[in-house]
Amino acid sequence: MEWEAVIGLETHVQLLTKSKIFSGASTAYGAEPNTQACAVDLGLPGVLPVLNREAVRLAVKLGLAIGATIQPRSVFARKNYFYPDLPKGYQISQYELPIVSDGRLEILPEGAAAKTVTIVRAHLEEDAGKSLHEDFHGMSGIDLNRAGTPLLEIVTAPDLRSAAEAVAYLKKLHTLVRYLEVSDGNMQEGSFRCDANVSVRPRGHEKLGTRTELKNLNSFRFVERAIEFEIERQIEVLEGGGTIAQETRLYDPDRHETRSMRSKEEAYDYRYFPDPDLLPVVLDEAFIEAVRGTLPELPDARRERFARDYGLSAYEAEVLTASRELADYYEEAVRASGNAKLSAHFVMGDILGALNKEGREISAAPVGPALLGGLIRRIDDNTISGKLAKQVFESMWAGEGDADAVIAKKGLRQITDSGAIEQAVDQVLAANPQQVEQFRAGKDKVLGFLVGQIMKATQGKANPAQVNELLLKKLKG
Amino acid sequence: MHSKTIAELSADLRARRVSSLELTRHFLDRVSRLDPGLNAFVSVTPEQAIAAAGAADRRLAAGDAGPLTGIPIAHKDLFCTRGVKTSCGSRMLDNFIAPYDATVVERLSQAGVVMLGKTNMDEFAMGSSNETSWYGPVCNPWDRARVPGGSSGGSAAAVAARLAPAATGTDTGGSIRQPAALCGLTGLKPTYGRVSRYGMIAFASSLDQSGPIATSAEDAALLLTAMAGFDPRDSTSLEHPVPDYRAQLDETAVAGLTIGLPREYFGDGLDPGVARAVEEAIAVYRRLGANVVEISLPNSALAVPTYYVVAPAECSSNLSRFDGVRFGYRCDEPRNLLDLYERSRGEGFGAEVKRRIMIGTYVLSAGYYDAYYLKAQRLRRLISEDFRRAFAEVDVILGPTAPTTAFPLGAKQDDPLTMYLCDIYTIAVNLAGLPALSLPCGLAGGLPVGLQLIGDYFDDGRLLGLAHAYQRETDWHRRIPPGYE
Amino acid sequence: MSLSEDDVKRIARLARLEIGAGDAPRYAHDLSAILAFVEQMGAVDTAAVTPMAHPLDAVQRLREDAVTEGDARAAFQAVAPRVERGLYLVPRVIE
Ligand SMILES: [Mg+2]
Ligand SMILES: [Zn+2]
Repeated sequence: MEWEAVIGLETHVQLLTKSKIFSGASTAYGAEPNTQACAVDLGLPGVLPVLNREAVRLAVKLGLAIGATIQPRSVFARKNYFYPDLPKGYQISQYELPIVSDGRLEILPEGAAAKTVTIVRAHLEEDAGKSLHEDFHGMSGIDLNRAGTPLLEIVTAPDLRSAAEAVAYLKKLHTLVRYLEVSDGNMQEGSFRCDANVSVRPRGHEKLGTRTELKNLNSFRFVERAIEFEIERQIEVLEGGGTIAQETRLYDPDRHETRSMRSKEEAYDYRYFPDPDLLPVVLDEAFIEAVRGTLPELPDARRERFARDYGLSAYEAEVLTASRELADYYEEAVRASGNAKLSAHFVMGDILGALNKEGREISAAPVGPALLGGLIRRIDDNTISGKLAKQVFESMWAGEGDADAVIAKKGLRQITDSGAIEQAVDQVLAANPQQVEQFRAGKDKVLGFLVGQIMKATQGKANPAQVNELLLKKLKG
Repeated sequence: MHSKTIAELSADLRARRVSSLELTRHFLDRVSRLDPGLNAFVSVTPEQAIAAAGAADRRLAAGDAGPLTGIPIAHKDLFCTRGVKTSCGSRMLDNFIAPYDATVVERLSQAGVVMLGKTNMDEFAMGSSNETSWYGPVCNPWDRARVPGGSSGGSAAAVAARLAPAATGTDTGGSIRQPAALCGLTGLKPTYGRVSRYGMIAFASSLDQSGPIATSAEDAALLLTAMAGFDPRDSTSLEHPVPDYRAQLDETAVAGLTIGLPREYFGDGLDPGVARAVEEAIAVYRRLGANVVEISLPNSALAVPTYYVVAPAECSSNLSRFDGVRFGYRCDEPRNLLDLYERSRGEGFGAEVKRRIMIGTYVLSAGYYDAYYLKAQRLRRLISEDFRRAFAEVDVILGPTAPTTAFPLGAKQDDPLTMYLCDIYTIAVNLAGLPALSLPCGLAGGLPVGLQLIGDYFDDGRLLGLAHAYQRETDWHRRIPPGYE
Repeated sequence: MSLSEDDVKRIARLARLEIGAGDAPRYAHDLSAILAFVEQMGAVDTAAVTPMAHPLDAVQRLREDAVTEGDARAAFQAVAPRVERGLYLVPRVIE
């Protein structure tokens, strides 16, 4: 039987606010345990939540960017359960009436057709704290710094059909939230976390199979591997005549497997109800329009503009708009160099290659867009050849100054003086009479050899176009 | 000294006829002599009181005093008080020293009041007799074999016995008005949102509201003026200007006002002695020129059932934070996490609290939510619409506060349902969020009877004015329980 | 609705309340009586009525995004049953 996977994703995105969603404690990462948990975050008796305007604004911003409906009235509810990292015994979250509903995101999975993923809803909620399990006399330690951090939970329809599609969606969403400056998207710090609902069904069937929920997917690679593993596991179980249990499964990256979270198997009954400490969030047109006015150019629009205005291929435009910072870098390099095509060539080749090798972000590139532009201008005005440019770039990357300084210091300036080139051509022709004979007998191939000899004689500095021109003139002369 | 109202004591303080220190020592002395027979206080805070009185005297001397500067009061032990035990009447919080002040406490301190201590209460404000407290029942000064009412029973008993000129209380279903009625005092539950709930340990968040318990409407007006007002720390607090309630007292004209008597509040179950006292009070208002008409609040009978779904639902969630992890009671030697939760909560909470948590858990749980919780929310609207219709016809609603006078200790303790019916006339007001006031209007069998005035939203001042007008005609509010003069 | 002792135990578990074995019958009786009482609500048809979660028709106020709370760990942990190295300790949480 041929099987089809059905995947839906729930992504928790930490919103880029200074303070928590319901309190004035800081959201900064990495503080000493419990030093950023105020009375509200700790759920001390008598204290009350007050909603952070910025969290609402960021949720609306994302909603507008995915063409969603911004609900004029949304409601916070309590999700009740006991867990040590949940101080009040309930999580404040939106349930029946989320702030954002019915959006969409278009994805371009590698080697597959474009696809529109429906985002059913995105709701505001507070994060929980953290349990630390290293040994405290056999006990766990609870750090509530994270409790109350604003999250936007973004929920897709079960529209995805493979791990690759899931990853394409997540990367797209990741790019988007960073473009919008809604989140820093930092996956190591937990600012972008994903749970996957996975089921399989015989291809062509309408009815959904029983799904499992995969947790702890904190990198794109883990998402891909966990989903792939889970699809295989479910197919194996079903083909062996078994049934899939609806359960939460934890991905273990070390063993590359998913396993049932037994401690969570107890049926939860969350007893959602509207939080009586908070009132309905009512947003008027003016608020929503003000947020709309802050939307930057979105990645899809930018990609199309790059292809159109800079004459880039679809692939180049996609790569160069993968992050707002990279696209900004590229556009600045174009402005500085006046050459869109060569800028694309350098950014995608030398720059990304060097960054990749060193595991750096574009913002940390030692060659900024203005410096790169300077280098490209020297290629365009024939000061250096493309070949020499590589060498210049490497020196610039090593911090040896701008293009002009490196060229001057290393004497790499291209020889464009036709007298000097002619002298070199004459020398080489005189030294290689045999090859000259061969050429004249119709053997065109030796031309390359002769050019090579001339370049060698000029330490690569001769302008190749001029060399070619002069050489042919002399040979045919 | 202790038979005077705050208004009178305030005049004495300003005229330097007495100092705050003298006043404070006088009341502290009464507390230490008389409270052992009442159990109205959970904590007495003499050192802080003396320090605050000294500061108040300096303000008075500097001419920087308001009407409450130097006046001793007591706080219900449900308000968080920095550095002082805040128990909420529960073993769960017997070891809880609040790290901050409730907004109400903070505002009254800024006004210069002197806190004498924290008063006993039904555990987590769940009760109508003050018998569910971990610290034992409170006795009614009018008859120590009887209950003071609840849940603000300690505050009411303390003020009735003149151990404090006034006290704060909270009212989720009648917890200010019913003990005020049973102890012969004036108690106001303000419009929901009028007074900040920050630092008040929540019972049922959409119903809870704090207010003053005093001997006169004038004193209640002085206290409310200091307590009320917008608080950015409470999302349900309203940005609505706070008038000087005392200055408004005399502006409230009774003549020409229409008073509605809800037919449903005068039916079966109303004690004849209580009915008689209320009738006499109605006669006073008629004499002052009010029009009195009969009205109907047709869904009144559903208020108690609706309340006993809404309030437990909210409390079941509000009380989840008491889990033995970050503060409060923790059981000995928990075997595992579940044991830590179940035993800390099982041992830390008393039976009534557990009953309500379980009812609340049940009515919110899968499969029962619609039939109970959602149904109650729909009825809540019908009940509040009854009031909206009534206020289209009348200016104020009048009736008894409680169906009976104070009942004997232990009489209803084993029967939760009978106890719940103590609040039959007070609960609907909380569901609607309206202001209501109880004032003493007579004695029946030697025990005080409470008259309830219910106002439209933000008519808190009008209720105080109407009560003040009555108190100028009568002296029921001046009566002090025998033995406490 | 009449609750059995098993119902009581199930609800108590959900609410994380230990109920002594001897107390279950009493709770079953009391809770059943309370539920029977609140079922009077069924007497009124409310199908067309909008549920009311809150007494006032107010809307949520939004707070400016500013850090106003500093580190008060020492004060908060002074009332904690068990802490170590700044962490609240609980019996081991198993994942
Ligand atoms: Mg979820
Ligand atoms: Zn979530």
